[in-house]
Amino acid sequence: MADFTMPSLGADMDEGTLVEWLVGPGDTVTKGDVVAVVETAKSTIEVECFDSGTVGALLVEPGTTVPVGTRMAVIDSGAEPPAPAPAPAPAPAKATAPTSELQTAPGHATTPTRDAVSTPLVRHLAEQKGIDLSSVHGSGKGGRITRSDVEHTPAERPHRVKASPLARRLALSSGVDLSALRGTGRGGTIRAEDVRAATAAPASRTVESREAARPPSATAEPAYPARAAIAALMSRANRDIPHYYLSTTIDLAVAMAWMRDRNASRPVAERLVPAALLLKSVALAARQVPELNGYWKEEAFVPSPAVRLGVAVSLRGGGLVAPALANADTMPLPELMATLKGLVSRARSGRLRASETADPTLTVTNLGDQGVEAVFGVIYPPQVALVGLGRVTERPVAVDGMLTVHPTVTATLAADHRASDGATGARLLTAIDRLLQRPEEL
Amino acid sequence: MSTLKAPTGTSRPTTYREALREGLREALLQDERVFLMGEDVGRYGGCFGVSLGLLEEFGPDRIRDTPLSESGFVGAGIGAALGGMRPVVEIMTVNFSLLALDQILNNAATLLHMSGGQLSVPVVIRMTTGAGRQLGAQHSHSLEGWYAHIPGIRVLAPATVDDARHMLAAALADPDPVLIFEHGGLYNAEGSLDETVDAVDLDTAAVRRSGTDVAVITYGGSLPKALAAAETLAGEGISAEVVDLRTLRPLDDATLMACIARTHRAVIVDEAWRSGSLAAEISSRITEQAFYELDAPVQRVCSAEVPIPYARQLEEAALPQPATIVDAVRRTVS
Repeated sequence: MADFTMPSLGADMDEGTLVEWLVGPGDTVTKGDVVAVVETAKSTIEVECFDSGTVGALLVEPGTTVPVGTRMAVIDSGAEPPAPAPAPAPAPAKATAPTSELQTAPGHATTPTRDAVSTPLVRHLAEQKGIDLSSVHGSGKGGRITRSDVEHTPAERPHRVKASPLARRLALSSGVDLSALRGTGRGGTIRAEDVRAATAAPASRTVESREAARPPSATAEPAYPARAAIAALMSRANRDIPHYYLSTTIDLAVAMAWMRDRNASRPVAERLVPAALLLKSVALAARQVPELNGYWKEEAFVPSPAVRLGVAVSLRGGGLVAPALANADTMPLPELMATLKGLVSRARSGRLRASETADPTLTVTNLGDQGVEAVFGVIYPPQVALVGLGRVTERPVAVDGMLTVHPTVTATLAADHRASDGATGARLLTAIDRLLQRPEEL
Repeated sequence: MSTLKAPTGTSRPTTYREALREGLREALLQDERVFLMGEDVGRYGGCFGVSLGLLEEFGPDRIRDTPLSESGFVGAGIGAALGGMRPVVEIMTVNFSLLALDQILNNAATLLHMSGGQLSVPVVIRMTTGAGRQLGAQHSHSLEGWYAHIPGIRVLAPATVDDARHMLAAALADPDPVLIFEHGGLYNAEGSLDETVDAVDLDTAAVRRSGTDVAVITYGGSLPKALAAAETLAGEGISAEVVDLRTLRPLDDATLMACIARTHRAVIVDEAWRSGSLAAEISSRITEQAFYELDAPVQRVCSAEVPIPYARQLEEAALPQPATIVDAVRRTVS
């Protein structure tokens, strides 16, 4: 007999909202199965269970916010009868959903045009698939639309704005959102005139916001809860952490040549990308310079014995998450590559595993795919350093007194001056450089 | 009876037919290598009266009646051009030119290439094209777009008295084969010949009426219809620019794209059948070169895909008309 409780999914989490049960009473589960979806202030997370057995009573209704540690379900691992279930303790200062009555997660207003009740995760999935939730039949409790309802609904063709080529070009150059315009052309096609009218008078009759979910850029409200969380965290980081910045350009001729040779003999699915080598070298360097791998807590630096490399992932609709690559320093490259791929796609579909949301000990932001040369980031509290990687690009370099052209990358470090000094930071960057010169050992 | 728009300047009234004749007279007077040959060009004065009086003035050596043998006399014209003459060959209508298509395509258009640049073929071939005169299907088709498909020749379509008057001289100056298509519906059209003009170029399209809302692109016999449509549209507050291609091969893309960049909409008027027409080619070029300038789909006003009927009402219904051009423009700008 074991309890399944609201897990702590981050250092700053004290409560969570149950979004959805993925199992029901009587289901057999094994340790590590994803059994529930929980939403925190930062993101929506799939929670695994830590026991094997048969699911007994579900004690918490989806939509309820409960403190970390609250019993949410009983998992019957033997033959003893399940213990009577205590009512979940309501979270302070938050409404608890009465089990008899439907409501969505507190703090998330539903779109007024929709009466089918759903959760942010389900809404997100529906949005990705282009499904209108009001047309989906909810099979959950009280008609609630569950994730599987959305998954089993055939995706509609995403709505494409009809606009003339000229109108599109004008909208692009003037920053007008075409989807917010009403077209006056045949069949509602948006014409240049409509775009010009919108730029001339944002409040003119041709403009109407089509979705409450898309507030006009002039409103002061953040577009979605995650943005508010990012805003709060980054403000805190910039206010409280005295950053210092270092930058170095690393010659990747050896690493890229090694990678090309290795890739040549492997099927596409098993090939590496430069990011895998770069992340691995950062993880190994973090082990070599432990003064930058850990947390600043209560006026002191607490080093971490493990390296959990945070990977900043930009989300499609805007926003940012930094899930953790656990044991990035000991993971072989092919495995790191596969994990990285999965991590990015899970982060973008809002389905990170609980183990991936554990606090990273050092975060990497890789903006190389955006074509920039260097990125100087903001540290993710309570971490004490952030490594920024730019684009792998060919630059002239001096080798043995001769000028040649090699692939290079600019690696930067933003570090917490309370926890370390420039010399320590420099050691991390030079360690990354040194490791990349011996790619076969990564 | 349509009226061609008058250019400003010193001008005198004339007809399209007379303007063509003046051009021929001038060519015959200025260069003794020039001669005219074709069916009925001499004693009859030309099937459409263009060469009336020229036999009397220049004699049978320079104005030569030929038998009904398009392949033969066009081939003879090509041979004469290769031999140093500057022949002007008249074919009665484009429908009959198909009998000479082998000579035009396989000889005139290819010899410069196949001789490695050694043999120019400076022949000029004139023919009547188009419908609207109740001559029946075998005399009424518009096949100039087919000729505009052939590399190695230049294709002209004079639509104004100035072009009718001066294009021949420019064509004779061209070392390569030039085809001139005269729309039968224009011969009687009256216009003002600008006497300050003594030469025209063959490389540019002409904006015959300026406008801001739509470019109506046309040529030849459809130009007066497009201008009439533009007049009607102006009364509705729609400002149509009318572009005369003048030269169908090579097309003057630069002028067309500049018009699209100004107006962002296009209606192409072409008396040929819609499928595979020159209008289709122009529409493609606009999409290739000016896609991001377009604010509406390109429209085409072409002839119905039928043998052109003999009956007047049916013939009128089959061809582009000012009213159908106006409708297409309305569809485009609304």
